[in-house]
Amino acid sequence: MSGTASTYVPKSRVAKWFEARLPIAGLVHSSFIAYPVPRNLNYFWTFGAILAAFLGIQIITGVWLAMHYEPSATGAFNSVEKIMRDVNYGWLLRYAHANGASMFFIAVYVHMFRALYYGSYKAPREVLYILGVVIYLLMMATAFLGYTLPWGQMSFWGATVITNILAAIPVVGDTIQTLLWGGYSVGNPTVNRFFSLHYLLPWMIAGVVVLHVWALHVTGQNNPAGIPIKSGKDTVPFTPYATVKDVFATCVFMILFSWFLFYQPNFLGHADNYIAANPAVTPAHIVPEWYFLPFYAILRAVPSKLGGVILMFSAVIILAFAPWLDTSRIRSCNYRPIYRQFFWVFIGATLLLGWLGSQPPEGGYVLAAQICTAYYFAHFLIVMPLCGLFETPKALPGSILESVTGPGKQVSGSGMPAGAAAAPTTQG
Amino acid sequence: MANTSAAASAGAPPEGSRRDFLFLATGAALAVGAAAAAWPLVSSMAPDADTIAAGAPIEVDLTPIQDGQIVNVFWRGKLIFVRKLTAKEVTDMQAVPLSAMIDPAAFTARVKNGHDQWLIVYGNCTHLGCVPIGHQGNFEGWACPCHGSQFDAVGRVRHGPAPINLPIPPYAFETDTKIRIGEGGKEAA
Amino acid sequence: MMTRVLSTTAAAALAGLLIGAAPARAQEGHGGPVPARVNWSFAGVFGRFDTAQLQRGFQVYKEVCSACHSMKLVSFRNLAQEGGPDFSAGQVKALAATYQVKDGPNDAGDMFDRPGRPADTFPPPFPNDQAAAAANGGKAPPDFSVIAKARTFSRGSLYFLTDWLPLIGYSEQGPDYIHALINGYEDPPKDFALPDGGHYNKYYPGHIIAMPPPITDGQVTYPKGENGQPVVPETVDQYGKDVAAFLMWAAEPHMMDRKALGFRVILFLMIMSGLLYYVKKKIWADVGGEVHGLQPELHKTF
Repeated sequence: MSGTASTYVPKSRVAKWFEARLPIAGLVHSSFIAYPVPRNLNYFWTFGAILAAFLGIQIITGVWLAMHYEPSATGAFNSVEKIMRDVNYGWLLRYAHANGASMFFIAVYVHMFRALYYGSYKAPREVLYILGVVIYLLMMATAFLGYTLPWGQMSFWGATVITNILAAIPVVGDTIQTLLWGGYSVGNPTVNRFFSLHYLLPWMIAGVVVLHVWALHVTGQNNPAGIPIKSGKDTVPFTPYATVKDVFATCVFMILFSWFLFYQPNFLGHADNYIAANPAVTPAHIVPEWYFLPFYAILRAVPSKLGGVILMFSAVIILAFAPWLDTSRIRSCNYRPIYRQFFWVFIGATLLLGWLGSQPPEGGYVLAAQICTAYYFAHFLIVMPLCGLFETPKALPGSILESVTGPGKQVSGSGMPAGAAAAPTTQG
Repeated sequence: MANTSAAASAGAPPEGSRRDFLFLATGAALAVGAAAAAWPLVSSMAPDADTIAAGAPIEVDLTPIQDGQIVNVFWRGKLIFVRKLTAKEVTDMQAVPLSAMIDPAAFTARVKNGHDQWLIVYGNCTHLGCVPIGHQGNFEGWACPCHGSQFDAVGRVRHGPAPINLPIPPYAFETDTKIRIGEGGKEAA
Repeated sequence: MMTRVLSTTAAAALAGLLIGAAPARAQEGHGGPVPARVNWSFAGVFGRFDTAQLQRGFQVYKEVCSACHSMKLVSFRNLAQEGGPDFSAGQVKALAATYQVKDGPNDAGDMFDRPGRPADTFPPPFPNDQAAAAANGGKAPPDFSVIAKARTFSRGSLYFLTDWLPLIGYSEQGPDYIHALINGYEDPPKDFALPDGGHYNKYYPGHIIAMPPPITDGQVTYPKGENGQPVVPETVDQYGKDVAAFLMWAAEPHMMDRKALGFRVILFLMIMSGLLYYVKKKIWADVGGEVHGLQPELHKTF
């Protein structure tokens, strides 16, 4: 998993015997202990660890919930309520899983913000970044499938609306829809297969996460200065420096998670999902979960069904092209005075799209959503390419160490053992 | 970790011990937290409140059961044989010497006092849980089709590999013709 | 200079969008007032259900609501569990036995009625949804098991920013709505066309509700206090509060467990975070301390 040649030396005979046959200890050592990380990383760089923690939490609580859940149109709603009422700590498992999904998305949005602000998507990290976009897409699919499982009103109508979106695909749309449904409408076979897929996708996420981390260890981490590692003094070993920071940040994030889990467990959900699915009545305000709202606003901003669907998917897919749309050689927005302003407008437009997505699609809301959608795409297609060409960046620091200490200053203690630091750029 | 030695030598002795204590306390707290987080997962696998409530005692009416007949009932999802012994079976069972048994138990320990004709036992073989077939084998009782264990008419194992007799669930006679399974006897699993 | 122009423009654009959206917001909603906030005993971090109130609320449900509204997910035994109305096991057993529960099939293959047991759920007033709808003007009265979590209302589109926060947060919309609805019947405005079989309720979305006013002052006789008077007034307002509190418990029977465990978990995490902060600080001291590279030019303190 690492590009660095392992410096791990097993001590005991058993360890030596095992290491000669399966060098897993060396792999862990080079990936998570000796791995050199830039010493100027800020707390935005702890969200990878937080995301890993939430993938774990979701998988564990999910597996345990599956021990009690019944994936059928007649049994799903009642089995979820049975979990809430009768299973020991069932309410804890379910609320942890439901709110854990939201926390997972909060963390992934911070992670994506960091990648975009500090230019982590640029060479040589394009593949690393695209794998991240793939994880994001898988997360969206998993979250959508999971939200249908309680088989409440929002589950049912969410499943109906999203599967109807797929029907917009020319020629094959109807077939895809029928295959997803397993019938002529959303029903018992649908919830049954959605459960199966919801159980499958997290393992695919975990697989892509392994690739993501692998790619990370080949290229090394980006950093707030956006400049490459030049010497051992620019880095510190992953353990204990990054490890302890990651654990601390994860612990703090768990406070936020616990607040929602224990005191606002239904804040991020919808009241309508406590009404059992009813194919005859659509809820008055049908909106997706908060993390889909910006894309939902884009979908509704377009008056044509197919056009809205294309634009909505494009809004996600376009992320994957950022490495080539951005023409600037400077990674970090800290040194890009003009692009930084546009970037904040982009963030503002995206947040506003999120809010607009929760409002009824009428009057000024639609117009506002159209303006924001236009900027969303213009940012990628116009601002990114042009800014890089015309902008004069600020002077970059001479090295990562210098970005931390100021030019010409020394710090006590050497971060990395000599020789370990140059490793990230050389494939071992 | 090349810098561990550098760190150790840099810290003065009192500073070092305070630091060690902080690290130990934090590590211990993390371990306690992780263990506490695992508890709900374990606990949630226990029978839920609905299952426990549904395991309330059941009543069985004995009037329709004929001499020699074996009736299956379920309590807490477990199979229970209710068997009315014939007079011959009662005499035969009373006569079996304890030395002939794998898990010696007197006839009186297998039935309730004053209700010699009635045997109430769990219906799963004590070897690996298969259901023995009634009125089979050489002991007027049951023979297990899976691995050949044989039980006599009051459920005592007489031929291996089953190690112990068919257990008796907790039950009591409410009247001479009605039993209540699930309470009144010793609390069995 | 250029940057300032850009950021000002961006701010102006965003503000413009928000203002532009404002008129649309005013037209939104279905008109009508927002339910009043009741001072619930179970609100907040240390919120606890009021046992006496839950018992009164159950009495209202049993004597009034249960004629039409089922509560299929709640069992008699729940009434005796901790953190609820706290009836004794004996009371629950006696109560359950007053209901007839359908069971079977028996050995002859027939369904039969038997007295309820604590393990049974509340028997519904109608055998199925179709029967319930047919007896109630075509619309089945909703089940009450999770109704307190299934109802909410919007106070405006920006309250989501603060409603989740400690101290100023708000998560009791469900019971507030139920209390308001029971008290929300009034004569329709002059130009309001009320269809046959409809009733005007100012809190119901669209204002036309099929349910007639469900309860009147003095309809339920509460247990008397030591002075021979009811402990709380026998008014629709009080009935509404009591039954809404009961329904909140029915929807979330483990709420008190949840809040109690949450307090301990969050306290633990805060202490843990404090410890980890100092561990991190000590470890990073080996390499000259940690400096955040968020805005390096702002951190040149050396």
